Amino acid sequence: MNALGIIFSNIHDNNVPELTMNRTIGAIPFAGRYRLIDFTLSSMVNSGITHVGCVTKRNYRSLIDHVGSGKEWDLARKNGGFVLLPPFGEKDSDTLYSTRLEALKTVLGFINRCTETYIVMSDTNSVYNIDFNKMLKYHIDSQAAVTLLYAQKDMKDVSGTNNVILKVDANGVVKELSVDPKVSGKVNIYGNICILRKDLLVSLVSDAIAHGKRHFIKDTIAKNLNAMKVVGYKHTGYFEEISSLQRFYNVNLALLDKKTRDSLFGVAEVYTKIKDSAPTEYGVNAVVNNSLISDGCIIEGEVYNSIIFRGVKVSRGAVVKNCILMKNTSVGDYANLTSVITDKNVVIRDRKVLAGCDELPFYLKKDLTV
Amino acid sequence: MAIKKECVAMLLAGGQGSRLYALTSKVAKPAVTFGGKYKIIDFPLSNCVNSDLDTVGVLTQYQPLLLNDYIGNGQSWDLDRSFGGVHILSPYQAKKGSDWFLGTANAIYQNIAFIKQYNPDYVLILSGDHIYKMNYAAMLSAHKQNNADCTIAAIEVPTEEASRFGILNTNPDGSIYEFEEKPANPKSNLASMGIYIFTAEKLYKYLEEDALKKDTSNDFGKDILPAMLNQGERMFAYKFEGYWKDVGTIDSLFDANMDLLGDNPKFDLKSDWRIHSRNPIAPPHYVGETGVVRNSIVSLGGEIYGKVENSVLSDHVTVKKGAVVKNSVLFKGVVIGENSVIENAILDEGVVVGKNCKVGGGAQPKRKISVIGRDYVLPDKGVVEPGEIVEDKD
Repeated sequence: MNALGIIFSNIHDNNVPELTMNRTIGAIPFAGRYRLIDFTLSSMVNSGITHVGCVTKRNYRSLIDHVGSGKEWDLARKNGGFVLLPPFGEKDSDTLYSTRLEALKTVLGFINRCTETYIVMSDTNSVYNIDFNKMLKYHIDSQAAVTLLYAQKDMKDVSGTNNVILKVDANGVVKELSVDPKVSGKVNIYGNICILRKDLLVSLVSDAIAHGKRHFIKDTIAKNLNAMKVVGYKHTGYFEEISSLQRFYNVNLALLDKKTRDSLFGVAEVYTKIKDSAPTEYGVNAVVNNSLISDGCIIEGEVYNSIIFRGVKVSRGAVVKNCILMKNTSVGDYANLTSVITDKNVVIRDRKVLAGCDELPFYLKKDLTV
Repeated sequence: MAIKKECVAMLLAGGQGSRLYALTSKVAKPAVTFGGKYKIIDFPLSNCVNSDLDTVGVLTQYQPLLLNDYIGNGQSWDLDRSFGGVHILSPYQAKKGSDWFLGTANAIYQNIAFIKQYNPDYVLILSGDHIYKMNYAAMLSAHKQNNADCTIAAIEVPTEEASRFGILNTNPDGSIYEFEEKPANPKSNLASMGIYIFTAEKLYKYLEEDALKKDTSNDFGKDILPAMLNQGERMFAYKFEGYWKDVGTIDSLFDANMDLLGDNPKFDLKSDWRIHSRNPIAPPHYVGETGVVRNSIVSLGGEIYGKVENSVLSDHVTVKKGAVVKNSVLFKGVVIGENSVIENAILDEGVVVGKNCKVGGGAQPKRKISVIGRDYVLPDKGVVEPGEIVEDKD
């Protein structure tokens, strides 16, 4: 596929402040053993994209740790491969970019040097498994200047800010783009994934910056709907945005449904960092029901309707219900957790009882001991 | 000073493993699955890396395709190095003719040129059919401290089993005065583990001498070690204490898998001495509302709706509703249909068991392990008797 991937790892961090305290949104753990960026990278790689630039801004240490050289995605290459694009602080200036448009401006040099004709841009706040070849074909067949991917969602499932709503006509041409409009019911929500030619992106960005513009969608795409053909590409497969802690909780637990799980993982393989954990050990009295259990765990207690990440220990007599336990969480003997999200390395002491509820899960931050 | 490696490891992985029957019909023994997500060869390779040995020659011969594919460039064990790393060494055609590897010593002899590239002081010889965690660096220190020409790793075995092994008879300082290959009346219970460290020059000398002999089986245990002892070389036993299991038979492979289970397993895969492997690409496994998993280990990507007890499940295993898997080892991708019962069995990769089948059974007078070979499809209501081995004929 003759396309360069550009990934934005920080945009939307503010939507999930709890989980992005120590990491970018792209590094948020998901589904027992993944990080959000895995889905973007895997989709790109499975579509034949072999050159991916990742625009970062802050808090990207855990992202670097996770992606490394990119070898798990086959992106450790002599030509192309995974390229981390940290912020480029200009001389005599203390400020880093604050919008997508400014971020793009700082990486124009990188983009200009790339030989690919097309660019696939994606944020890392969403979970999907998409064949970008189909989207590129659609882009070419419809002779569009810009193709925006969208999914149909009910507004009650949409949270966070900077949501872009599309209005498309019968031919798929985008007629209106609005950011955070007051609407309800079913909407076409922009997936923060688009395809356009490289030369067009370069000229749109240079032009907008020259005119003192700041917002990519509002100032370069929405303003030009009459001047160039912008089409919407409707994605009907799995697509979920992690736009709040509550969404994070719901979207994870929804994977306990086989159909939902297959619609995400059954499409193409999803790659992630390898930890060489041993397989999970179940004790003699283990009870596990309707749960996803990753590698390297020790399950001696009871687990119901939960997502268990790598290296978690559930000790004897402990009961874990409707929980998401991230990597290396340790649950003590006879502890009782209901609707709890633990971040990495949380330790729950013996016989502790902690409970949130489905509408408001109880979040324990990284490295906490209770 | 020329660049060099202090020690080069040579891993003998050419064995057919005929006593594993159907499990090695299509793969070499070192490529047989163990402990859910591992292959047997992961253990010596991980031991090498964990012991800071980064140059390993893997000698293959029998059914090397899957093994070569599995090892690849060695990345999974951190053995993709620009100088050193893992190298597959197959029999090759030379100017003076070509030979299959005739015996263990001959296999090394044919690859002396590979070893000499690294100009090592020591050569470690390993075999690819044992399950254990061992620090070869500690063994190498002992070798150096003893100023030895050859050090043989040894483990105490039950006296009644000693006649199945090569037995080392040693002086109090650990030096070996006698070597007996499978003796009828063993004098000691110190068995050779088939792990040797040679001082490189001595190894070259004895391999070259052995190659010129007519009446030799080109074997380390039968020829090289006795020859060295006869010539009065300094040979020492290095006593290993820990879990070590030869998994050359169906029963021993089965038992070694069972040794991973329980609250205090005999062999613990979880420890700082990490066993590296080529990891499956799969989401976490799922245990459904009707699923029961007890005293078992389970790898990624599986879907469990039936009952699993005292068993070892590799990645992508499906156990459907009403099925019971007891005391069994299921390799990658196995599917167990509704209401089928599997007991005391090993099912190789890709086996599909239909509905209402019965595979194996409980302890009759004596426990017998049933085996189903790779990709075999057992139709609904199919029966595999205890101790029976079934596989596709091709």
